[in-house]
Amino acid sequence: MEELFQQLTNGLAVGAIYALIALGYTMVYGMLRLINFAHGDLFTLGAYLGLTLLAAFALEGKMNGLAVGGALIVMSMGLVALVGYLLERIAYRPLRNSNRLTAVVSALGASIFFSNAIMLAYGARSQVYPGGILPTTAIAFFGVEIPLMRILMFIGAIALMLALYWFIHRTRIGSAIRAVAIDQGAAKLMGINVNSVISLVFLIGPGLGAAGGVMVGLYYGEIRYDMGFSFGLKAFTAAILGGIGNIPGAMLGGLLLGVIEALGAAYISIAWKDAIAFTVLILILIFRPTGLLGERVADKL
Amino acid sequence: MGAAFLELRDLRVSYGRVEALHGVSLRIEQGEIVAILGANGAGKTTTMAAVSGLIKPAGGGIFFDGRPLHTLHSHEVVRLGITLAPEGRRLFGTLTVLENMELGAFTLKDKRRAATIRDWIFELFPRLAERVEQLAGTLSGGEQQMLAIGRALMGDPKVLLLDEPSLGLAPIPARSIFASVREINRQGVTVLLVEQNARAALKIASRGYVMEVGKVVMEDRADALLANTDIQSAYLGRSKTS
Repeated sequence: MEELFQQLTNGLAVGAIYALIALGYTMVYGMLRLINFAHGDLFTLGAYLGLTLLAAFALEGKMNGLAVGGALIVMSMGLVALVGYLLERIAYRPLRNSNRLTAVVSALGASIFFSNAIMLAYGARSQVYPGGILPTTAIAFFGVEIPLMRILMFIGAIALMLALYWFIHRTRIGSAIRAVAIDQGAAKLMGINVNSVISLVFLIGPGLGAAGGVMVGLYYGEIRYDMGFSFGLKAFTAAILGGIGNIPGAMLGGLLLGVIEALGAAYISIAWKDAIAFTVLILILIFRPTGLLGERVADKL
Repeated sequence: MGAAFLELRDLRVSYGRVEALHGVSLRIEQGEIVAILGANGAGKTTTMAAVSGLIKPAGGGIFFDGRPLHTLHSHEVVRLGITLAPEGRRLFGTLTVLENMELGAFTLKDKRRAATIRDWIFELFPRLAERVEQLAGTLSGGEQQMLAIGRALMGDPKVLLLDEPSLGLAPIPARSIFASVREINRQGVTVLLVEQNARAALKIASRGYVMEVGKVVMEDRADALLANTDIQSAYLGRSKTS
């Protein structure tokens, strides 16, 4: 029973990170029908920038560990959001009216560019996030010890997702984002500047990915230049699982994938962890190609 | 000739190498309802798309109150006070009636003004008021057209562009739409109307233009066009001999 509870909470925490990254894929897809392959690498960039910022401002030990973690996340989000904005302006916008495949190739190129740039700047070996920034204590739930860090990560990711959901559904700019996702031409007729809305989505998505990157660094204590590939692939799977283009779908898909993966690793075999995750993807594509929440095809956000 | 309220001067539009409009000139005075008639492919919808900034002209110009429109993006045209209820309505089908109308007021900073316009639209189309929480995609054809017009009015336009408002509607809802257009015009909104139902359009319009394959071939007062035998046989479904 304790093992199950441990795996369940671990799965939820990792799944929340998947969900956070998946939002970036799903929002961009909902808007442009483009899979932003560079998104996983922006997540990695977020993790590395968090490390650099930690050293640059010598934050460690200066203030409360939670404040340090929060500050790293916010700063890294801001910087990566800016990179995401530039990525769209340089690599995607000039190709907006060309064949969709052309933009996909550009996205693949951007992904390779970012992962190699990170490798050249930081080295190919994995880097260590200093432990002990966040409290390493555990909290007892019904006699089961859950690491506090796991709970913090889950709460942090969920809070960001709820904030995004609120923004999309309760603000004027949020409804402009939904309008552009449904029909760009009609959105223009409402007086919405479609280019600005697309830029905004490329600020938000990579920003959320960067938050995930810093969280992964803090949680696992180790980052590598190519970790965006596996996390990106999982998050992409989560986005499809929930129904690509659908924001609540990405959240649900991420959490579900995290739990399935954790339970599979615990009860089947850790070596089969990735295989189980991708088996889920294949089954979803066969039996429910629109994803779990994807039945409303026109409702892309 | 002084400057018109809205004027198209020798407007040319091309899709790739194919020129769709070969120099179209129109003048619309403030407070008018002007109808554009013509067969499919005459360039009526293209003209509307060019005025609203959705497509960039290859030559000529569009002027609103003396200001050039053809250099602006569509969202800037809306801000100047020209909104389009497009052909096929283009509603946000998975959003509610109210959300659609709120998007129509996207450029309107003054919330009180937006509320006033909304109340007016609900007076004009009481059916919309009853269905504020309903998804736009689940409305009937007539209600969808009401919403498309209402959404375009929410931007507080000086000029309302209507592209085929009666398309696909049964006679009774179509008639009520035309009555509403006349009422909207009475409230001071200038209307440019593209219609395949030429008779109904000319009955509410003050003037009309007839387009054929990307050109204006005739312009006259609406009553004169209604009485014109060529127009009757071509667009009003009455043969010359009868």
